[in-house]
Amino acid sequence: MSTPKHRTAKAGRAGFLAIELDGAGWDGTGVGGDTGFASLAGAVLAAESAGFHVATFADAPVPGRANALQRAAYAGPLTRTIALVPEVDTVYTEPFHVSTQLASLDYVSGGRAGWIATAAESPEAAAAVGRGNVTGTALAQEAAASIEVSRRLWDSWEDGAVIRDVATGRYIDVDKLHYVDFDASAGSETPAGFSGPAYSVKGPSIIPRPLQGQLPVLAAASVVGAGQVAADAVDAVFVTAPTPELLAAEIRDVRDRVGASVAVIAELDVVLDSRGQVAAERAAGTESGRARYAGTAAGLADLLELLLAEADGVRLHPASLAAELDELSRLVLPDLRRRGVLRAPVQDGTFRDLLGLTRPASRYAHSSTAAAGN
Amino acid sequence: MTQHSRAKSDVFTPSGKLQFGIFFQGVNSGTIWKAAESGSQTDFESFRRIVQTAERGLFAAFFLGEGLRLREHLGRPHALDVVGRPDAQTMLAALASVTKNIGLVATQNTTYNDPADLAHRLASLDLISGGRAAWNIVTTDNAWTGANFRRGGYLDHADRYRHAEAFVETAKRIWDSWETPSGPARRVLHEGQHYTVDVTPRLPRSAQYRPVLFQAGDSPEGRDFAARQADVIFSAHPKFDAAVEFRKDLVARSLAAGRGANAVQIMPASEFILAPTADEAAAKKEWVRSLQIGPQQAVAYLEQFWGRELSEYDPDGPLPEIDPVVEETSETRGSGFHGAKARQLADQWRAEAKDKGLSIRQFVTSKTARIDATFTGSYTAVADELAEFARVGSVDGFNISPWLIPTGLDDIVNHLVPELQERGVYPTEYAGSTLRGNLGLDTPVRSADEAAETVRA
Repeated sequence: MSTPKHRTAKAGRAGFLAIELDGAGWDGTGVGGDTGFASLAGAVLAAESAGFHVATFADAPVPGRANALQRAAYAGPLTRTIALVPEVDTVYTEPFHVSTQLASLDYVSGGRAGWIATAAESPEAAAAVGRGNVTGTALAQEAAASIEVSRRLWDSWEDGAVIRDVATGRYIDVDKLHYVDFDASAGSETPAGFSGPAYSVKGPSIIPRPLQGQLPVLAAASVVGAGQVAADAVDAVFVTAPTPELLAAEIRDVRDRVGASVAVIAELDVVLDSRGQVAAERAAGTESGRARYAGTAAGLADLLELLLAEADGVRLHPASLAAELDELSRLVLPDLRRRGVLRAPVQDGTFRDLLGLTRPASRYAHSSTAAAGN
Repeated sequence: MTQHSRAKSDVFTPSGKLQFGIFFQGVNSGTIWKAAESGSQTDFESFRRIVQTAERGLFAAFFLGEGLRLREHLGRPHALDVVGRPDAQTMLAALASVTKNIGLVATQNTTYNDPADLAHRLASLDLISGGRAAWNIVTTDNAWTGANFRRGGYLDHADRYRHAEAFVETAKRIWDSWETPSGPARRVLHEGQHYTVDVTPRLPRSAQYRPVLFQAGDSPEGRDFAARQADVIFSAHPKFDAAVEFRKDLVARSLAAGRGANAVQIMPASEFILAPTADEAAAKKEWVRSLQIGPQQAVAYLEQFWGRELSEYDPDGPLPEIDPVVEETSETRGSGFHGAKARQLADQWRAEAKDKGLSIRQFVTSKTARIDATFTGSYTAVADELAEFARVGSVDGFNISPWLIPTGLDDIVNHLVPELQERGVYPTEYAGSTLRGNLGLDTPVRSADEAAETVRA
């Protein structure tokens, strides 16, 4: 069960651009990361002032990389328009903590938070927490369960639950708080064949409802579908193809599969001619599995215009944050704005606004009068 | 460095200085929500305002609690007190970007966190904040809290500190694992009764080497645990004579644990009610208490022990003559009083209230207010009182719970801090930009045992 969405259709709306700040590091000493920025703050502010709509924070287990959610939280008070979207694992984490951390990120960013829910096979991550290695379809099922727990907990305080009613001495209206009673061992709670650990979560959340009501949840398109994460459990999917030429067709296929209520974001590696170096040379010998553009700024603008006609947004993975961000900021984004294919960033807008999502009522809101004793 | 010789010495030497921390409580009746000045408990601006005020007052540390389950009252969430708070580390990571020197302390439970994950997140906070992170170590064991977590209630009360100690030692080994600032990391293995860890840590040491450790247990076991593991103990003994006794006790335990007499600092929990004159402070205290424990809260407090609704009783009348419906108060309410013999307690309390002529409200106020932890008086009188603590060295400072958010430190920073500075017992600038540096703590030294790759518990 998830919140019904009322998403404005893609048609006629300009697109958005996301940038992965992987490797931005925290202090620029270059421990496993990019050395071009003096600080995480510098990288996020550069992305925001370049006009990017979304910053994402990878949480892959790379030496030297600080926790993605905390990096996003650090950026919250420093920024005003850019959405801050960390990867947070669903397999080896406590769903209750994850839900609280993400809701808190929404508070510190003024409603600009989102969640890339990940579920990667990782014997190392399993060993770190002393659990068996989760593989195959069980990974997506863990993601589905964790997303469902978070969504219920975010709704478990209805809007306006904090009443501060001096006359009756009540700080909260207890009828607006709800136990979520999630039980992963109950068949109705999880996709068919769920084989994850049979955990349960009682609720309510320890933090009031996030500013956005529900944070947008994003996931790889490959984990969304029957028997995995249900399409209506996510708000946006990332679409990957081996080459730029194949991306447009893949976007259309995914859109057909997940439906119009889910935003589609294309994944693109970017290497630009920069500082007198030809892109192809700079990119030699690296492989990510994503479509890659290597070339001039003008050529990239052409490709992005094409992709934004199909997708709601494109996420760029720069080869070097410092080098590419410089070119993107100076040449590519201004060009796209002139072509009218980019949304104007909205100061203090929410991430839901950017995705065309309205703020949903709590799923428990209708039951508060009927089930006052609950 | 003088601090170095102090910490290693087997004779306790007062530092002659005090330092302040602030504990943003987020729950319970200590925080007044009924006043016009009462601000939001969740908006980022409340946190920014109070942490920046604390930093203006050269506070050493800003503490946040951890919520694991909402307190309940008669089977439903407790409605009368402030409740609903952010995740500590997420909020502290955000506050790191709007502060420069103040320490950022996350209360985190060893029972419902995972050692490798928690150690990684604390190390992240430490790096993001430039060496200002700390962990306030707490333990719990009840299955009621476990209902929100994958592992459920799994820990026996008796195993609590053994489990916590293995957890903390594993975390320290994770923080110690990078051989040089640029790596490589040493693999950390732990196989114990409650969990198994096999991890190659991702993060290097921070500017303060590793997060500072605070600990809040007060039982003999808790004190020994702090004496072995902690840098600072967050004590419950702020009154002068009790503080002196507590220092003696902790010094003895630290020495027994093979650490120096000055190795563990003491910061008791406290509350300040200040005004220009003693009379004004006394009047302010009446006002504070009346808003902390309102009529409904007073009755609800008794209901927790009686196990039944008592709403027909007048808060300004005597304690209920009817008996509790339970023999023992429930273990599942999430408050600190579980397991009390309810009937016996009710008899005692009725006698006590009758003896002292107290109404329900007066009685509950006397039980719940931080009687021992409250410093009330004029700015100058309280400064004189605190200067005496510094002179004797019974405490290293105070961890202050403000009764108003977000303006609850204004009085302290604007009036008390300058008085203390004039008396030479409070810093006039931050010693450095790390928490360890500002507290005057030594950099940890890895022993050969700690550096060993495998430890079996």
